[in-house]
Amino acid sequence: MIVLEKRPQPSRGWSMSTPVLAVLATMVAGGLLFGLLGKNPFLAIETIFWEPLFGEFASYYRPQLLVKAAPLVLIAIGLSLGFKAGIWNIGAEGQYIIGAICGAGVGLAFYPLEAWYIFPLMVIGGALGGWAWAMIPALLKVRFGTNEILVSLMLVYVAEKLLASMALGLLKNPQGFGFPGSRNLNDYASATSWISQDVGLHWGMAAALIAVIFAYILLNRHMLGFQIRLTGEAPRAARFAGVNPSRLILFCLGASGMLAGLAGLFEVAGPSGQITIDFNANYGFTAIIVAFLGRLHPIGILLAGLLMALTYIGGDIAQGNLGLPAAAVQVFQGMLLFFLLAFDLLTNYRIRLKTREVA
Amino acid sequence: MTRTLLSINGLTKAYPGVVANSEVSFEIGEGQVHALLGENGAGKSTLVKMIYGLVKPDSGTMTLRGAPYAPPEPRAARADGIAMVFQHFSLFDALNVAENIALGMETPPPMRDLARRIREVSETYGLPLDPYRTVGDLSAGERQRVEIIRCLLQDPKLLIMDEPTSVLTPQEVNILFGTLRKLSAEGTAILYISHKLEEIRALCDHATVLRLGKVVGECTPRETTAREMAELMVGTALQTPTRAGRDMGGVALDVSGLSAASPSAFGTALKNIHLAVREGEVLGIGGVAGNGQDELLAVLSGEILTPADAVKLKGRPIGRMGPTARRALGLLTAPEERLGHAAAPDMSLTENALLTGSIRENLESNGFLKWSAAETFARKIIKSFDVRTPGPGTAARALSGGNLQKFVIGREVLQRPEVLVVNQPTWGVDASAAAAIRQAILDLAASGAAVICISQDLDELMEIADRFAALNEGRLSEPRPTQGLSVEEIGLMMGGAHGMEVAHV
Repeated sequence: MIVLEKRPQPSRGWSMSTPVLAVLATMVAGGLLFGLLGKNPFLAIETIFWEPLFGEFASYYRPQLLVKAAPLVLIAIGLSLGFKAGIWNIGAEGQYIIGAICGAGVGLAFYPLEAWYIFPLMVIGGALGGWAWAMIPALLKVRFGTNEILVSLMLVYVAEKLLASMALGLLKNPQGFGFPGSRNLNDYASATSWISQDVGLHWGMAAALIAVIFAYILLNRHMLGFQIRLTGEAPRAARFAGVNPSRLILFCLGASGMLAGLAGLFEVAGPSGQITIDFNANYGFTAIIVAFLGRLHPIGILLAGLLMALTYIGGDIAQGNLGLPAAAVQVFQGMLLFFLLAFDLLTNYRIRLKTREVA
Repeated sequence: MTRTLLSINGLTKAYPGVVANSEVSFEIGEGQVHALLGENGAGKSTLVKMIYGLVKPDSGTMTLRGAPYAPPEPRAARADGIAMVFQHFSLFDALNVAENIALGMETPPPMRDLARRIREVSETYGLPLDPYRTVGDLSAGERQRVEIIRCLLQDPKLLIMDEPTSVLTPQEVNILFGTLRKLSAEGTAILYISHKLEEIRALCDHATVLRLGKVVGECTPRETTAREMAELMVGTALQTPTRAGRDMGGVALDVSGLSAASPSAFGTALKNIHLAVREGEVLGIGGVAGNGQDELLAVLSGEILTPADAVKLKGRPIGRMGPTARRALGLLTAPEERLGHAAAPDMSLTENALLTGSIRENLESNGFLKWSAAETFARKIIKSFDVRTPGPGTAARALSGGNLQKFVIGREVLQRPEVLVVNQPTWGVDASAAAAIRQAILDLAASGAAVICISQDLDELMEIADRFAALNEGRLSEPRPTQGLSVEEIGLMMGGAHGMEVAHV
């Protein structure tokens, strides 16, 4: 009989090594899956993990890695603050959309004026948009005790409808020959988030890096970060310590909404370029996986974001080169979270084999 | 003594890292009231679990009435006439007494017959109980009756009782003892587990003392003083806390007309509480668990807010202040539940020192944490309160109950409180650690702080408190000086026998 035994202290070694183990297990199980689909599993795994980094066209894929990772890291950092405190913002996708709409809206309002202050104003607009969208579940939770998981998730669908309406109406390009979608911000020098499109660098990457550092300091050096961790680990002790739960909910949801909104803004003003009906690319949901894969730790999230971006790009290549179905790649990404959570058990429990006691 | 009922020979049970019982041997005679005495962690529970078939011994044998006895499961133990009343009741609040009892039976008789049997047995043994009452409405003492009657219906030869009096008022204890004596007179042996020495002296014929899993002595309680038994239990001479004569200052904490609903659905609302405690005074608050103790602590700590004037600290209304503001003013508290309330289980001792110490110990500046100062504070607590741990980086949950309790109390005491409120300061703590904690509380009062000590241990309150009040169903009795207070008076303050009566048979 296999028995799980709680460890007296969470194991540091396991906590560090479970992400690595999860990646390895995903490779094995994913390879099996690809094998069953009739593809060469080794080639598929190699295509996903090796090709983007060191393959023939790596110089093209490497900047793409950062482009994909930046929004994931930015959103996941925000989510991790709430997740640590047991506040579950599942609607980052919606905040991402609203941030993009607000930020792009600010920029387009100035078109065709060229001025240095337009992009900063767009950044503020994007941050405020995401923040305000997250304040809806936050205020409802604080005032009426609603469940922030449901409210924030439902608001994603509201945001998607709003996005479609914007792309078809208010923000539609007047010179777009009637096609849905806004003006392309990449053609508007004052409103683009690219630092250098040739190298593939945009301000979102800088923001993600700043967010990582900021979150690290907050969680390790600041009272607010301590209160966040305390609330997540022992809510009653947090209350006893004097933590105001309402304030914490407002802060965590607000901060994660703001970062998601920023991610949306940097995306719309950079890689995506315009508000379209299907502008959102599930970054808000994938960031949940990134947050957990990174152990809710800022540095971990940075690495996890890069890894997740790798599977995205590698998955795309595998789809193109090997004809892997898109769903198989998504299953592959899902496995990563599954295995991570499964191995996570080993941080707090040890497995012991026990011979059954004979009655 | 008559024939031997159960004899235990060399029982040993080891868990990873700890030997719970090592070569334990003793005998229980028929009709004997046998005490099993020992500190927390001495191995009492493991031993009775082996007798009751819940745990299988690694080695050693038992014989029941001369025949080998090795119950593979509790059902077998019950079939052999062994019954047990656990410290924590396993009853369903929404069901009535008879239904609860039927649930524990292999083949329950029709409800009407069962109800009749319950009435018969309960009246025979002086434990009146209406089989149709809903368990949720019963007091702790009455719930225990349900458990006892559930056992008695099996007509046991040996009844094991695990810390039965921890939830009872003195009057309820007397009723229980009457029942146990009657059972013993009829030939039922009783294995009575407790660390309350006076009770054992009043009730038991024989006592076996366990320390660290080994039998360290046997005695006849009636011929042994409580102090001798305590020293046998602890293994060293016990230091009684000393109370220095002290002057009382002005009123430090004043609570008046305080009513508060409980945040929990099963909690007890506080009703019109008045109390005042002066500088240098220790006010003891007794009462059976669940009569508003947790709520009273929460109201004083600031976890439950009240009208501003209901709680005054040195004349200043603080009822609307949260825990942090109250700490800054010098009102410190230590809740009963160590893991999860007073301390965060998975966090290190340094982080737990920060949990309440950040303001008064200056462990933060402009919101930024001073980790080295926090660690120094944690080390100071560990050193001054003799907390046994590898170091301040250890997670709180890795500490034993007693050591964590010393840490939690030490954390507050070392912050030089003006008023300290503690709930169950020595719950589950071994005798020497308990003595150290009580001494620290007395020293704190001697230095001019006001202390409120909420506890269910009446001996403890008599030892350290200047005045005593009791919580009963959310109401606080008028505080009275402890000197000259009799056990009967205390019992009545605690609510007497909670409406329970003795059947005169």
